[in-house]
Amino acid sequence: MSLRSRIANVFRGDDLSREIDEELRSHIEEAIAEGRDPDEARRAFGSLLRQREESRDVRLIAWIESLRADAVFGWRQLLKRKVTSAAAILSLALAIGACTSAFRLIDAMLLRPLPVAEPERLYVAVRQGVDFDGQVRTADMWAYPSFRLMRAAVKDQAELIAISYATRTDLTYKSDPEMEKACVQYVSGWMFGSFGLQPALGRLFTENDDLKPGAHPYAVLSYDYWRRRFGQDPKIIGRTFRLGSASVFAGPAARDNLYEIVGIGPERFTGTETGTVTDIFLPTMMHPGVVHDDWTWHRTLARLKPRVAVEPVRAKLHATSRAFEEERAKGFTGMSQESIAKFLDLKLLLEPAAAGASGLQEDYRVALIAMAVLVALVLLIACANVANLMTAQAAARAREMAMRVAIGAGRWRLVQLVLVESAMLAAAAAALGGLFAWWSAPFVISRINPPDNPVRLSLPADWRVLGFGVALTLLVTLLFGLAPALRASEVSPASALKGGSDPHSRRRLMHALVAAQVAFCFLVLFVAGLFAATFDRLSHRPMGFSADRLLAVETVAERAEIPAYWEQVAEHLRALPGVETVALAGWPLLAGEAWNGFVSVNGAPPGPVLAYFLHVSPGWANAMKIAFVEGRDFRRDDTSPGAAIVNESFVRQFFPDGNPIGKRFAKDSLRFQVVGVVRDAPYRSVREPILPAAYVPFQSVDDKGTVQPVRDSTFMVRTSGDNLLGLASILRREVPRARPEFRVSNIRTQAELVGAQTVRERLLAMLALFFATVALVLAGIGLYGVLDYSVLQRRREIGIRMAIGAQAGDIARRVTADVFLMVFVGALAGLAAGMASVRYIESLLYQVKPTDPAMLALPALTILAAVLLAALPAVIRAVRIDPVTMLRSE
Amino acid sequence: MPKTDSLQGSLDLLVLKILSRRPHLHGYAIMSAIKDWSGEVLRAEEGSLYPALHRMEEAGWIRAQWITKDSGRRARIYELTATGKKQLDTEESRWQAVTSAVNRVLRTV
Repeated sequence: MSLRSRIANVFRGDDLSREIDEELRSHIEEAIAEGRDPDEARRAFGSLLRQREESRDVRLIAWIESLRADAVFGWRQLLKRKVTSAAAILSLALAIGACTSAFRLIDAMLLRPLPVAEPERLYVAVRQGVDFDGQVRTADMWAYPSFRLMRAAVKDQAELIAISYATRTDLTYKSDPEMEKACVQYVSGWMFGSFGLQPALGRLFTENDDLKPGAHPYAVLSYDYWRRRFGQDPKIIGRTFRLGSASVFAGPAARDNLYEIVGIGPERFTGTETGTVTDIFLPTMMHPGVVHDDWTWHRTLARLKPRVAVEPVRAKLHATSRAFEEERAKGFTGMSQESIAKFLDLKLLLEPAAAGASGLQEDYRVALIAMAVLVALVLLIACANVANLMTAQAAARAREMAMRVAIGAGRWRLVQLVLVESAMLAAAAAALGGLFAWWSAPFVISRINPPDNPVRLSLPADWRVLGFGVALTLLVTLLFGLAPALRASEVSPASALKGGSDPHSRRRLMHALVAAQVAFCFLVLFVAGLFAATFDRLSHRPMGFSADRLLAVETVAERAEIPAYWEQVAEHLRALPGVETVALAGWPLLAGEAWNGFVSVNGAPPGPVLAYFLHVSPGWANAMKIAFVEGRDFRRDDTSPGAAIVNESFVRQFFPDGNPIGKRFAKDSLRFQVVGVVRDAPYRSVREPILPAAYVPFQSVDDKGTVQPVRDSTFMVRTSGDNLLGLASILRREVPRARPEFRVSNIRTQAELVGAQTVRERLLAMLALFFATVALVLAGIGLYGVLDYSVLQRRREIGIRMAIGAQAGDIARRVTADVFLMVFVGALAGLAAGMASVRYIESLLYQVKPTDPAMLALPALTILAAVLLAALPAVIRAVRIDPVTMLRSE
Repeated sequence: MPKTDSLQGSLDLLVLKILSRRPHLHGYAIMSAIKDWSGEVLRAEEGSLYPALHRMEEAGWIRAQWITKDSGRRARIYELTATGKKQLDTEESRWQAVTSAVNRVLRTV
């Protein structure tokens, strides 16, 4: 009550003073009315002012009152210089917003614990080894039989949980034409219990739902999916859906694929794959791969029991996994001893997975941190700018400060005065920056959108983000406000009031800040240049095929159909208007799917080099516009095994003596004869070097020569017009019209698939260039401010010099010399920092050498240009000083 | 000013006591009451009275309101609050304890 009234009184300070004065006056009047001598009555009170102050201090909280006074004063100061204040607030807001945004992304992707019981005890098992191209890689894929052995081996120390990759899958709640897609994930039945999760409705899986392959056709929906797809309909329990498994692997276990919904997961749980929201959970036993020891299709999470150390568990898992693989390797044929040894030489690691485990995290961890460092540097540049501004302002206000000291203000009171002003700047910037972060974090996430599989990352703005924002604002206030505040408080009244103080000390601080700004700016420009060059190289990499006007129409048949029927559909599509050519392929290039193996030539044991394989129909190379080097295309009667078309890398690798046409090679028991050679084209990823590739006929036969039916495949459709979208819906309609048992499951453009390959690089290049521009502009403004201020301060000196005959060039040199020295020092420091930091981002670069002179010259020249531009106005002002007016005015 | 010193530590008690007997007094009247009722022995200085009044007001022991007197002058008058009544009891018993203790010492010596 009292505290509240005392705080309230702070904001009615003037009323309060008036009230106290009136009471004291009425007292004196009363005394006079009683007959006391007026003078004596007044004297009894002593100083009225002091009385009032004493009573005021009792009735309000003095320090809040002084803060209020400073805030009012600071506000007036800010309003007085509208343009500079606005510039300071805007630049800080951008930087604070970008930092908050980066924090939101990093927090959501890498730090925020999963909403499960004791997430810190969660680990993910990965295997690390040297890949066939000599790179150290980790893989988190496991085969279920191996998982089962490992689970048994560590059951007293940890609970192992198998969780498949979340994949968008076709399914239907009614009939086939109403097929839709949902994100499906196979999980161990005991996962929910182990995570301590409770159903929102119905029940969750238990261990009993995950015992026998193919025997548990039950599904748990995620809360998010239940709300989005069914509007939280409580009658959903017991309904069924058919998983229209578009999987190539749809084996006997898949059967009729009818699943019954038994429950809804808890509201906050969206799966363990950060960046993907799982729609439907199925038991691992329903996955066709569960019985195969060469199908790696799930992650293995380990939940350690309390007080269990990580290393012994890891060692046990490693031993079990290795024994399993050694046993399996005994059955390998067609692999050299060397390759088998390499294959076995893997180290099992347990990595913390409190924040979930996903490929998105792996792909974006370094990129996000690099981005965060860049925006932090931009924030520092903005802070240095505002600090310079405040310092210059403090110089202009030296007399005011001196006056305050002279009439008794304490040093601390002056520090407070300047800091309050800084805090107001920072708070305004933080509010704007908050808005920016609110918009920009989801914007960045929406850019990470490979076709058909957009990233879904929940970005809550909760106390974590708020706390970060507040802490950042305070830090920023101190960063740019403290030095000028302390400096302002050091004012010496005697010298300042006389009109001269030491201007050099101020300039030294400002010069140091300029050097720092240039260093940070150089670093930001340097890194941005590397990212931009990486994106440029990747997107201008020769493709070997043309992605223009090319559609990939992924199609599923109700049951596997013979290639002749597929060819019938292709024929139907060829007749459509707007269609140029149509060919069949197992899958499109650069879609991420791959089939690879070791090749043996002339009956020799296979070498250690992997080659890619792909089933394609006659005319595929033509549809893709991949040029033939020699030989011929497939004919209708070519089969696999049998004929093969290989790329140039394949020839270089396996037939180094040239003339490959007619040569034979084998993959396991499949034998092929080369009938044609085509130009190289990237198969799985544009980042990897081109590997040998063999294209084999779409028509496969088994040992007895029986033609094998195909369940799903992709029509590659080259169109003649540019309206790909319009044609896509026609194709979707026309495929079942050709043969009713065929259905389009997905249509993507080849251009989309190519673009998806460089999503991260494009994003990094775009953001880095944006922040580099901001950094450059801020540093330029900062430099301009410092130079301008220094000319203003030295105008008398310049006037004298000109009066005694100094030339304009001489003046310009004098004015800019120290600042240019600082720029040089800063650029050197930035260069050193860039060289030191580049190894952390090497994994993000592609065919870009940080030591490349061009990569260094670019930021150096850009900064030089910005510096010259920023220095120009100050130099012009300096040489235009008229000595006569200048000397007369002083 | 020896007379002020004599009030040390007891000004709050006196003000509270006076207001409990005669509510709605203004500052000057309280000052006069201290002087009159103590047989002109005690005297509160203006310099200490008003800060004390304002302090007690902020503490919630007394509350003030502005009135216009018959003479046409405005005055700020005070009265005791419930908290103030409790405070008076505390202060009074503390005072009794202190004076009787001091008396005991005086008698013993």
